[in-house]
Amino acid sequence: MSMHIDVGTVLRGTVCDLYSNLVTRPTGAAVRTAIEQQVNEVATPIVTTIDFSQVNLLDFSCADEIVAKLLLRFTSDEGPKGYLTFRGIHEGHIDPIETVLERHALALVSWHEGEAELFGHVEEIERVHWDVVRDHGPLSASDVARHLQATVDQSAADARVLDTRLVEQTRAQLDHLVHRRLLMCDDAGYAVPGTVPHTGSRTVRGTP
Amino acid sequence: MTTVISVPPSLDEQSFEQVIEQLASVPPGEKILVDARHARWASPYGLTALLCVAQSRTDRMDFAVPEHPDTLSYWSRTGFFRYAAELYELHGAVPRAREAHESDVLLEITPITQTEDVHGVVGRIHQKAADILHGQLNLETAATGAFGLTLSEACQNIVEHAELGGWVAVQTYKYTRRLGRRVVVIAVCDAGIGFRQSLESSPTHRRSDRWDDAMALEDAVLRAVSRHRFRDNGRGQGIAGIRRFISRWNGKLTVRSGTARIAITPDWDEDIPLQESLPFFPGAQMQVIVPERIGDAADQARPAGSTARPRGRSVR
Repeated sequence: MSMHIDVGTVLRGTVCDLYSNLVTRPTGAAVRTAIEQQVNEVATPIVTTIDFSQVNLLDFSCADEIVAKLLLRFTSDEGPKGYLTFRGIHEGHIDPIETVLERHALALVSWHEGEAELFGHVEEIERVHWDVVRDHGPLSASDVARHLQATVDQSAADARVLDTRLVEQTRAQLDHLVHRRLLMCDDAGYAVPGTVPHTGSRTVRGTP
Repeated sequence: MTTVISVPPSLDEQSFEQVIEQLASVPPGEKILVDARHARWASPYGLTALLCVAQSRTDRMDFAVPEHPDTLSYWSRTGFFRYAAELYELHGAVPRAREAHESDVLLEITPITQTEDVHGVVGRIHQKAADILHGQLNLETAATGAFGLTLSEACQNIVEHAELGGWVAVQTYKYTRRLGRRVVVIAVCDAGIGFRQSLESSPTHRRSDRWDDAMALEDAVLRAVSRHRFRDNGRGQGIAGIRRFISRWNGKLTVRSGTARIAITPDWDEDIPLQESLPFFPGAQMQVIVPERIGDAADQARPAGSTARPRGRSVR
């Protein structure tokens, strides 16, 4: 089950119907609380999409109160089981969002024009694994390891010789990304939250 | 006995120090007349700080308004007299209040006392800011959002830290003497508790022998320390964001609080990075200047920060 939350609507419905800018910390806290209530009311959907399309200006305080604190809650061990994705993040939102993500060592998945993007504090090795899943997923850990091996050693990939240690390392890295809620894992394998099953296309596209 | 504080003919952030010097030596309880009769020009900083002067003492001060009709008219258009009449005993002929409509008054003087005021300021200025920053100062359209963000964070400092209402004003004008081109100026001034006292109220604050207004400014402006950081690691990013804004658009930031003043200075200006042992003035007074963008090379805006990267490619 997925859920879509329009932050602009929440802002106008919760704080003031005249506001279109997400500024000030009390406003951010009020909007976050309203979002959390909506999520709780439906017993935590698998994927919750937070939509900033209708938000004109987002300041650091609101980015911290809404984006960072929601992610902190979802990535904590006691947090909800579902996944958060974001959409409608425009250029003016990126600086405050990335700033607060860096401050808390967080990252998020955002959907922009049908493509998933990764923002925030991401190690290079995390990004390499995430990119493979985004571009080819859903994939098993072995499949991801095979893609990574092919990247560095074409002949080994051709021979289909897969180092078991590499598979285990890959699985650990992917599970770490799941723990960070940047990937989700189900029977189909590892996938970017918000992904819909693809039918042969090389690039995974999403609906959020 | 009444002490007369003379307002300089040209009142800006630098010359306002003359007002503070005169004020600092006046004993508490003494009657004060702020004499602006010979003033001819004032920046947003000068006007908002003049309102803070009235808030800096418990006794109501007298205020002699400028004599020159153009000055009177201009100060009136900025909204100065609307608030000065509440704080001072005005002397002289004050024009009837009119709406600010001149193009150089981007945001007339606006009181900031609560969160809703910040929403109001940011909401009112958005379209005008886009027209002026992009249309007149040749800045990228992205500057508009960052400008609103800077304005929001600066005003929030009053609501969250000053414990006394303050004032904000935004104007554009030709910065002839120092730069020779147009600038947009944000002034946010209050006469509240100031940075030192605000940070002292943090549970994690450890007073040291060196602790003073200058160190408090360094902590807040350079090291993003906030009194709320103890229980909330996300605090303290506002001024850091303002610094990124002025760095990207080659602007200047100054903050004065108590007896110290800190300046983040671009290559087009010379200023002292940190001044200590200044005459005391309560609260915090902040000024942001962003210049018109012309030509290439040094005058171009600095390379963009995270937004210059492809979206979502913030690799560590």
